[in-house]
Amino acid sequence: MWTLFKQWFHKMGSPRWFYYATGRWLPWLGLVTLVCLVTGLIWGLAFAPEDAKQGNSFRIIYIHVPASMLAMAGYYVMAVAGAIGLIWKMKLADMVMKSAAPIGAALTAIGLFTGAIWGKPTWGAYWVWDARITSMLILLFLYLGVMALQYSYRSQDMANKASAILALVGTVNIPIIYKSVDWWFTLHQPATIKFTEASSMHPDMFRPLLLMIVGFYAFYTLVLILNTRVEIIQRERRTRWVGELMGEA
Amino acid sequence: MLAEGSLQTEAMPVVEGSGFTAVLQRDLLLAFRHRGDIASPLIFFVIAVTLVPLALSPDPEKLADLAPGIIWVMALLASLLSVEGLFQADFNDGVLEQMVISPQPLYLMVLAKVIVHWLVTGLPLTLTAPLLAMMLYLPATGYAPLLTGLLLGTATFSLIGAIGAALTVALRKGGLLLSLIVMPLYMPVLIFGASSVQRAIEGINVSGPLALMGAILAFAAVVSPLASAGALRISMHG
Repeated sequence: MWTLFKQWFHKMGSPRWFYYATGRWLPWLGLVTLVCLVTGLIWGLAFAPEDAKQGNSFRIIYIHVPASMLAMAGYYVMAVAGAIGLIWKMKLADMVMKSAAPIGAALTAIGLFTGAIWGKPTWGAYWVWDARITSMLILLFLYLGVMALQYSYRSQDMANKASAILALVGTVNIPIIYKSVDWWFTLHQPATIKFTEASSMHPDMFRPLLLMIVGFYAFYTLVLILNTRVEIIQRERRTRWVGELMGEA
Repeated sequence: MLAEGSLQTEAMPVVEGSGFTAVLQRDLLLAFRHRGDIASPLIFFVIAVTLVPLALSPDPEKLADLAPGIIWVMALLASLLSVEGLFQADFNDGVLEQMVISPQPLYLMVLAKVIVHWLVTGLPLTLTAPLLAMMLYLPATGYAPLLTGLLLGTATFSLIGAIGAALTVALRKGGLLLSLIVMPLYMPVLIFGASSVQRAIEGINVSGPLALMGAILAFAAVVSPLASAGALRISMHG
């Protein structure tokens, strides 16, 4: 098992290997994404039962919840990739980190946006300074900081290392930020707003959500791989294999 | 003609930590030679706080409500603006490069620079705060937590800001970027600091948030020089 992992790890060090391997996976991954998202959306939006209190407006959770989950997970993907790039100087990890930042930021923005749309009929306001919303907003700022740093360096190598350090510092800070925002919220406002708890959801509502979450994970992986492939081609454009690939195409 | 032996320079004994005191002394001396640089963040602090009553209202009750928040936000901004210059001069004249390649631990030298930065910005900001608090009609019970909080908080600001300054020092227009990447990291300190003053005014015990701020400061003091030193190495060598 360990030797297998080590082999895999060494293979991942080669962007070329990654490019060709993912080329084979992409159609399957695309298929899984498509099937999960389409069935999940139709099931959730059309067939899942209406919520007793919120009516049809609750259906936005089928996008809101998976997007927010991946926004969080995406930051860790980015930070771990950055750490691998810093420690083992793996080229591919740097590329993954750079590709992960805009995807994560977009998902965070989607999470915030769908939350605002959902908030209007449910709480009567688009924006509420709730602890979770505020922490998501700060997460968006952290993403934007990493992206801004990434794009402001001329040398790609410096940009990688600098944004990896920032991503790691952000990772250390995330629990502190979350706790402080939570504490800030409980201090300033009594908890009048209660989120619908996912665990107490009816299975008929929960199953399409689960499907959407799986679909979003597949979608995230798909987009991350696609972005990384573009990054590989861009950075390795002077190598022979890319030249041959482009000549072929 | 020189004897062969005299060509070999005697290896200087490297004393751990002597870089720390050397940087500390040098930066303090430099700060005192450029007193204007010490004054700028302070003047910014006072002017920025003055803007608030002009924009909102001179009503004592309203201002007293807002005072902790105003003072904390403005202290944060003043600290943020001043941290940009933390490594800039040393980067431009090549001193930073010498620090990076010297056998002294960069960690300690960065820590020394941050300490001096706090001594010439954070500490004066803290000492000016009561004056501004009086102008904003802060209730008397708020003064002690405001001062303690600012003492701990501005030190944390300097430490966290050093990471951002080290990351952006090699960039030509690093200032705005620096604020962008550092401000989200400042938020916990701001929350605990401003709310401890608020709590004191409402008569609630403030030892909790202040202890948390102390914990954040201790943590930042350990981690920030490490990250800053790493970032400086990247900024120097790419």
